[in-house]
Amino acid sequence: MSTTLLRTFQPNQFSLLGTSLLRRRRSNNFSVRFCGSQTTTTHEAKQSSPTRVAPKNHKSNKLDEILRDYEAVIGIETHVQLSTLTKAFCSCSNNYGSYPNTSICPVCMGLPGALPVLNSKVVEFGVRLGLALNCDLSLKSKFDRKQYFYPDLPKGYQISQFDIPIASGGYVDLDIPLEFGGGHRRFGITRVHMEEDAGKLLHSDTGDYSQVDLNRAGVPLLEIVSEPDMRSGIEAAEYACEMQRIARYLGVSNGNMQEGSLRCDVNISIRPIGQAEFGTKVEIKNLNAFSAISRAIDYEISRQALLYNQGKADQIVTETRLWEEGAQKTVTMRKKEGLADYRYFPEPDLPEVILTKEYVDSIRASLPELPEAKRRRYEAMGLGMQDVLFLANDVSVAEYFDAVIGKGAEVKLAANWIMSDIAAYLKNEKLSINDIKLTPQELAELIAAIKDGTISGKIGKEILFELLAKGGTVKGMIKAKDLVQITDPVEIEKMVIQVVSENPKQLEQYRSGKTKLQGYFAGQIMKMSKGKANPGLLNKILLEKLNAKD
Amino acid sequence: MLSTLQPPRSLSLLPLRRFQISKTIVSAASSKTIDTSVISPPQSQILTTRRSLLSGETTAVEIAKSYLSRIRLTEPQLKCFLHVSENVLKDAQEIDQRIAKGEELGPLAGVLIGVKDNICTQGMPSTAASRILEHYRPPFDATAVKKIKELGGIVVGKTNMDEFGMGSTTEASAFQVTANPWDLSRVPGGSSGGSAAAVAARQCMVSLGSDTGGSVRQPASFCGVVGLKPTYGRVSRFGLMAYASSLDVIGCFGSTVADAGMLLHAISGYDRFDSTSSKQDVPEFQSQFPSVDHFESKPLNGVKVGIIRETLEDGVDSGVRSATQEAASHLEALGCILTEVSLPSFSLGLPAYYVIASSESSSNLSRYDGVRYGNQVMAEELNKLYECSRGEGFGGEVKMRILMGTYALSAGYYNAYYKRAQQVRTLIRKDFKAALEQNDILISPAAPSAAYKIGEKKDDPLAMYAGDIMTVNVNLAGLPAMVLPCGLVEGGPSGLPVGLQMIGAAFDEEKLLKVGHIFEQTLKGSSFVPPLLANVA
Repeated sequence: MSTTLLRTFQPNQFSLLGTSLLRRRRSNNFSVRFCGSQTTTTHEAKQSSPTRVAPKNHKSNKLDEILRDYEAVIGIETHVQLSTLTKAFCSCSNNYGSYPNTSICPVCMGLPGALPVLNSKVVEFGVRLGLALNCDLSLKSKFDRKQYFYPDLPKGYQISQFDIPIASGGYVDLDIPLEFGGGHRRFGITRVHMEEDAGKLLHSDTGDYSQVDLNRAGVPLLEIVSEPDMRSGIEAAEYACEMQRIARYLGVSNGNMQEGSLRCDVNISIRPIGQAEFGTKVEIKNLNAFSAISRAIDYEISRQALLYNQGKADQIVTETRLWEEGAQKTVTMRKKEGLADYRYFPEPDLPEVILTKEYVDSIRASLPELPEAKRRRYEAMGLGMQDVLFLANDVSVAEYFDAVIGKGAEVKLAANWIMSDIAAYLKNEKLSINDIKLTPQELAELIAAIKDGTISGKIGKEILFELLAKGGTVKGMIKAKDLVQITDPVEIEKMVIQVVSENPKQLEQYRSGKTKLQGYFAGQIMKMSKGKANPGLLNKILLEKLNAKD
Repeated sequence: MLSTLQPPRSLSLLPLRRFQISKTIVSAASSKTIDTSVISPPQSQILTTRRSLLSGETTAVEIAKSYLSRIRLTEPQLKCFLHVSENVLKDAQEIDQRIAKGEELGPLAGVLIGVKDNICTQGMPSTAASRILEHYRPPFDATAVKKIKELGGIVVGKTNMDEFGMGSTTEASAFQVTANPWDLSRVPGGSSGGSAAAVAARQCMVSLGSDTGGSVRQPASFCGVVGLKPTYGRVSRFGLMAYASSLDVIGCFGSTVADAGMLLHAISGYDRFDSTSSKQDVPEFQSQFPSVDHFESKPLNGVKVGIIRETLEDGVDSGVRSATQEAASHLEALGCILTEVSLPSFSLGLPAYYVIASSESSSNLSRYDGVRYGNQVMAEELNKLYECSRGEGFGGEVKMRILMGTYALSAGYYNAYYKRAQQVRTLIRKDFKAALEQNDILISPAAPSAAYKIGEKKDDPLAMYAGDIMTVNVNLAGLPAMVLPCGLVEGGPSGLPVGLQMIGAAFDEEKLLKVGHIFEQTLKGSSFVPPLLANVA
């Protein structure tokens, strides 16, 4: 049924929208004046994996002094765009970056008579995330309509959850990196609810008209609201980072900030230390990178603290501010005059969302090991916090690491290989760990081969790059290239004798006290062995020969 | 064109005799004995069409032509249709070709169906009688329309209505005022006034309407046809332009109970495009429509009928009251056990209905913003675009209800209005449930009066809203109900029809159809054919 419906709809959908846009364009009748064109800023800041930002140290001492008297109270609303195949309430595909208005249908366009039908994956992902954030799940929740007018909101309301979210009352644990002072933190999660995304507005350069792209309209979101538990830009950025990590671990979202798959709105107020009541809350939007979160908050704390200090606290008003990446500051987007009234009421087109205990249990059983559990496990294995954070940061890296040690590799060695040579390779080649040809099995083999002396560490590093790029087995490569380390003392002795006898001049210099020449001999012998001589054995025998009194 | 006009065969089966009106009340149900010999009972147009097509007596094209001719003749006076399909004859030809090839015919083959303008028809204008959707043609068929087409039904056109279903007279259409075929100076009722009047005037055989607070049943009563409002969830709402989502249902009009029932059967069933549609089985209604020759002497023996006391109190016209009581007597004569029941929450329904319906409509109509389709007014600024597009696009009644609904949902008022209305709704549902545990069906008038004059209540919305008192509770409870003509009261050139409302338990349309069919087939002096039609014929 759906296929016919959508097929018959196809020819019309484009002309429908296309003509109305054309009409608008020709007549220039749709000139929209928003409070600034900031809403359409394209974001060039690149942000793929979580990066951390060092706090700026150029603040004056005076500012530091002022800041000491205040405490910031920060809460974050995170929108996670779900990576379901189809949208939340229709069967349109959920693709980022499609040509405008090609992934739309009567339902997500809000045509008269179209009705929403809930995609069950959205509930599943909501439950997954709710459980991962240690929330209580509502076995009976519902959808509500949040009503406001905007051209990117086709129905004039957003289907969301108001008073009964699918999950609430949880927390998240995380570790602050050592460079930012370290330490373990627990931040409260107020709620997680399901809702749909809106479309996008594209404004013309001249400002004469605007165009609406509804590809994103109806894409499922989970909104995570934190408790106001954070106190600094770093804490907030780390919280956001952990949200991304959890979403990726769970496979509910790609968490990509540039594409808008992970969006954070920060609420921040400051108060003099010791004061119980909160100060005036300001919201910051347009935060497209973790570094932006951290810097915007630090900026905002300074701005508010200065106003307090100058006796201008009344200038801190309830408002939404935008982070301007270029200017590195926040600017007023819109003042909130009174509370917006969204006239929420229960969505009559959708039945209640009923979860059975069995359903929840089956999802709980299918949850992967989450970042916090991984970090604690790695820590218990004896890894340092820096290693722990590195390895657990990216779910693919963590899985790779787990697979390598699962094959018997020594923990610390495996961690070192991944964090140094492999990480450097990935960075240079701009690859993810999933792209490399070296299987965890072979990395374990490589580590073992070095450890048991089959090959030298040096040879190991050399063949690593070939294994990463082309694959193959360690054993096969050792055999094919005849790389087995020479550990036979007799053979090494032969080479030592030959080199020593071929260099009488250097031998004489050595024996007359220039012992640094040992390195020269060692190099010559290693060269002769094509790098295969066991360095320890080589040096031992060499020393014996050099120091022999004959 | 007019020279080719001939009374169609299917129509000629209908006795076109006018009623004799007595001084005060015309009782069509005064006899206690069942006597069907006086006048032949009304025949199903769907079955008649099928028989005549299968026997080769006539063709689908011939039938279609005769209906189109009648539309041409009567439409200037009645104005039932906002759009008449240009494909009727083409569709009929296809049916004839199927017959010629000996292919199987769908149960609605050749049946001419009017569709209320708020039900989407692919490529055909669907405006909900609103300026804001003027010239809008949906890219898809409503599920009900799709099913009708699949079964061979032919969409004749789109029928007039109160804008977005908001009204009880069809005067709130942005485009035209429909006249009542029984008296052209009177309203056909609403909001599905066009669908009711079109069936009454035999401009089509059956039609689809929508019923949010009585919009199928009240016009059925005013126009003397059968109006069937199914259980909420029985018929998919996909493609029905939402007025109040938790109350809206698509309903059926027919000149007989059987026609309304067969149309309902065609459009019923679960639809994965409507999450509120029910997975409940749809029984084969047709077995409920035996020929009158097969009736036993007391065909409704033991059926428990409760007459709702509160619906016969003050504010109900005496003629309507008498007609209802006569109808009750007729049911008794058929073997029913009649008792009076009380629904204590009855009077609370009307205000609760208007709060809920307005609230939901204020939200449902937000999509008409002029951005993607429909009426867009050029403006310098976004808010102006909204203001002007909606200001010019919506009529007064719609604006009033949007304002009421917006108010009722506003912060600080939600509990006092919307939430309280929902509590009343629970109460009403409970009262109905209790009454229907004691009785098989409940009966009441369909409206407090027969059709009134055009313009009579236009400036008095409260008086118009009060006319919905008989029907709104049924929507709040989500129950099925059917209105069928039971008598005439004085008024107009030849009397005005009055409908009897039968209310059943959820998903028990079957019982309504059974009782209704027997009631109709045994009603003395039945066949409610408006005078206009007699003149045309």
